[in-house]
Amino acid sequence: MDADMPLLDVRDLRVTLTGSEKDITLVDSVSFTAGAGEILGLVGESGSGKSVTALAIMGLLDMPGLVVSGSVRFRGRELVGLSQRALRHVRGREIAMIFQDPMTAFTPVYTIGWQIDEAIRAHEKISRRDARTRTVKLLNEMGVPDPERTANRYPHQLSGGLRQRAMIAMALSCNPALLIADEPTTALDVTVQAQILDLLRGLRHDYGSGVLLITHDMGVVAETCDDVLVLYSGRMAETGPAAALFARPAHPYTTALLDSIPPLTGPRPARLPSIAGVPPSPAARPSGCAFAPRCHYAHASCTTKPPLIVWEEQEVACVLPTEGHALPPRITAGETP
Amino acid sequence: MASLALLACMATASLCAPFYARDIAHTDPFRSNVAGSFTLDGQQIDIMQPDDNPLHLGLSPVGPTWRAPFFLGADSQGRDVAARLLYGGRNSLLIAFFAAALCMILSATVGIFAGFFGGVLDMVLSRIMDIMWAVPVYLFAISLSIVTIAQGLKIGPFTIASDNLLLPIFIIALVYIPYAARVVRGRVMTLRNAEFVLAARSLGVPRFRILMVDILPNVTGSLVALAPLLTALALLTESALSFLSIGVQAPAASWGTIIQDGEGLIYTRPMVAMAPGLAIVLVVLALNVLGDTLRDALDVRDSRRENG
Repeated sequence: MDADMPLLDVRDLRVTLTGSEKDITLVDSVSFTAGAGEILGLVGESGSGKSVTALAIMGLLDMPGLVVSGSVRFRGRELVGLSQRALRHVRGREIAMIFQDPMTAFTPVYTIGWQIDEAIRAHEKISRRDARTRTVKLLNEMGVPDPERTANRYPHQLSGGLRQRAMIAMALSCNPALLIADEPTTALDVTVQAQILDLLRGLRHDYGSGVLLITHDMGVVAETCDDVLVLYSGRMAETGPAAALFARPAHPYTTALLDSIPPLTGPRPARLPSIAGVPPSPAARPSGCAFAPRCHYAHASCTTKPPLIVWEEQEVACVLPTEGHALPPRITAGETP
Repeated sequence: MASLALLACMATASLCAPFYARDIAHTDPFRSNVAGSFTLDGQQIDIMQPDDNPLHLGLSPVGPTWRAPFFLGADSQGRDVAARLLYGGRNSLLIAFFAAALCMILSATVGIFAGFFGGVLDMVLSRIMDIMWAVPVYLFAISLSIVTIAQGLKIGPFTIASDNLLLPIFIIALVYIPYAARVVRGRVMTLRNAEFVLAARSLGVPRFRILMVDILPNVTGSLVALAPLLTALALLTESALSFLSIGVQAPAASWGTIIQDGEGLIYTRPMVAMAPGLAIVLVVLALNVLGDTLRDALDVRDSRRENG
């Protein structure tokens, strides 16, 4: 493995739903890299293809009619087109995933500890007793109080925050190099959310894992991510280092997302800005810029699909910078990270 | 609870059948005893008595004495109906129980494989189920019974004689597979897309383990709720087949065969046909109540396909 080879290198990832009438592209040419010990934020509204991207990376999209193409290289190894059998050894051991709702991510019929033991034993030939020792240790590291007793509880007996910790413990049970977190804090309340995010941030120091954090919450991104990829309607809108993206968003969609966060200081806005309309369904996506129908800056040249261009520190799929009308830097009350 | 108690009573009573026949009634419920007589209150009574018609033509079996021998009277062969009822309960309940159990195992297997693996396997299995379902259940059971009862069943070196109880068990289990397999398949298909299955897959748990650990325990609820209903259906089918004399074979008894014995005596000695009928009604009712209770308790919200 080369020293400069990224942990995860996704190139031109495309997920298509082949139908009898026409093919629908759910994820369109998404490319990004994630390094070890890095947290990459994948941001977008519901239906922008965040979760589909994550599942495509894991090779978990096996519904009939879904075609994944492009390239996903994990430590230089191509994952697209790999057999399920081979993928099984990658999943859990090298890439693990945590889910939005920790309530539904555990089987209701077994204890938490039993299920984490199972996850360990799926990859390593160790006794139940040794697996349990590791489970308890993991739960303890995740800040679960009284891990031994908690391990013997059923999912419904635990609070949402505890369940999410247990979920992360299960995902980390085989020490994966990459953790995909699919909206890990959406189902939790704000204080627990902060604890879980701290936990995720701590992972890269303690385990050296890369994290792919999927979220729709710009606040979560600002707090945790090194790099950000903004998806809109299955396409890349903008990508770059989090700091640059927050200070100088180049895509009107990124700006709109940032504007829709209530400011903590300064005068209170009469009405919180929101993005009018809803994202287009992948079946009815405009042929030009997908965001054009909702964009304040839409004009004639937006009817063709904008290419991804390099601008300042980030890459952006918008014609404004090339036309010399780059968006101004954001004026925020000095709290930009 | 009451339904469970009733079922337990029925089962215990049936198990005590030989005890009743030998030690209380002192009769052999499988041997024709037309010329016999018995003593009641010191009086010698013939089992077959002259008819009630003015000319006293023909013979009728003795009516219910409501006492130890011939508690429910005798049938046209002079056999003790009460003893036969208990022996019949053994066969009927045994067949119903094992047929339902076998049906559950088979349909769970079919349903789980079809629902979990999907694709071609699901298509093939579902079409087979559709074809079986397209034939009315009783018609299907009757045709299978007639063929197998006529000459027994020979599978390679194994021969199942036509009076073997395994035959009705197999037949009843087979015809109800589509009924139960559909429920299981539907449940498995929802479970397959459940997040904990996705979570398990994302952790690299092998498919077979997911099947055993994540899917199977979660369908047991549906199966448990289905079991009493399936047993009730099996009991009804068994009685129907036996009534048509293509289920349990004479001289062995089953509730269905006793009803058939009582068919000709329905005007003179209604108890012969009514007693097993009542037993069937009670057991089926109890099983249905039990099924509903279990379904509420286990909160299984699957829509069941109503059986015609």
